[in-house]
Amino acid sequence: MNGVTTTAPVTPVARARERLLPAYFLAGVLFGIVLTKGELASWFRIQEALRFDGAYLYLVFASALAVAIPLFAALERRRVRSLEGEPIVIPPKALGRGRRYVIGGGIFGLGWGVTGACPGPLFALLGAGVWVIPVMILSALAGTWVYGYLRPTLPH
Amino acid sequence: MPDLLYRPWPWYVTGPLVGLVATGLLVIGNKQLGVSSNFRHLCAAAWPRNVSFFKYDWTRSGLWNLVFAGGIVVGGFIGGVLLASPDSVAITARAHADLARLGVHDFTGLVPGQLFHWGALLTLKGWLLIVGGGFLIGFGTAYAGGCTSGHGITGLADLQLPSLIAVVAFFAAGALASHFLLPLLLTG
Repeated sequence: MNGVTTTAPVTPVARARERLLPAYFLAGVLFGIVLTKGELASWFRIQEALRFDGAYLYLVFASALAVAIPLFAALERRRVRSLEGEPIVIPPKALGRGRRYVIGGGIFGLGWGVTGACPGPLFALLGAGVWVIPVMILSALAGTWVYGYLRPTLPH
Repeated sequence: MPDLLYRPWPWYVTGPLVGLVATGLLVIGNKQLGVSSNFRHLCAAAWPRNVSFFKYDWTRSGLWNLVFAGGIVVGGFIGGVLLASPDSVAITARAHADLARLGVHDFTGLVPGQLFHWGALLTLKGWLLIVGGGFLIGFGTAYAGGCTSGHGITGLADLQLPSLIAVVAFFAAGALASHFLLPLLLTG
């Protein structure tokens, strides 16, 4: 693309960002296969865990963290740069008074407990051909929109 | 050998792969695994109105994640249709008995067909489950700033206290909902 004149300056990072979109897509495909073949998108598996009838989901979380915790720490400690060229840094989430995590997490948990679905599995179930899922995703978009609208009035 | 392709994966394959996907996104472009942000990006793209929460450049901060979510849909087709296991999900006998007691009789597929079908939208309970449940997921994850992936994997893997609080809150509320709300929606 050298020599193409553009109105806005195209930084190397912006160019890398577009070039790497297929990599994010492939990562998503892998994640979708993991969610379905690993049964994390299964209503039955989620109910089994939330009703304390089996350890599967807890073992998945524990082993995922056993892999991710040391890898995340190594990437940040060694100041590794991503393929896009930026240093890998995970921004800390602001704790504040912490209320958004308790209330928001609690509201999400109520939805998760009855539907057995969280956002990742919702997209996986869409691909798996569960035909009411588009309605559930639209409802989730409505929920997010209403939160955005009410945000200035809610405790955080 | 072909049978191996269709068999569900054990936890010690699934869990580490989840950890590797989260790590892979960091390596590709310093991106944090988190799916619920896509609801916000879609709102910002489709109908931001004058809401400050949706007034940002979603193409800059969210395009990669929407592409990632598109990949999840394709992966869900591969894992949930092309490579679908012919057997019911192998939950414990205790879970099976527990859910049967609540009135679940169809254990095939990823979700129970008796709850997740178009006809359910014509009943009050089905509507509460699908539309009400979906609304709570979208509202709660936006409020908490993350979900099972963003807080449960990325935040916990980075040892962040806010994520631990969110994870404890959604597991506690999820257990409450499964024990006390779900029976109301399943029976009668």
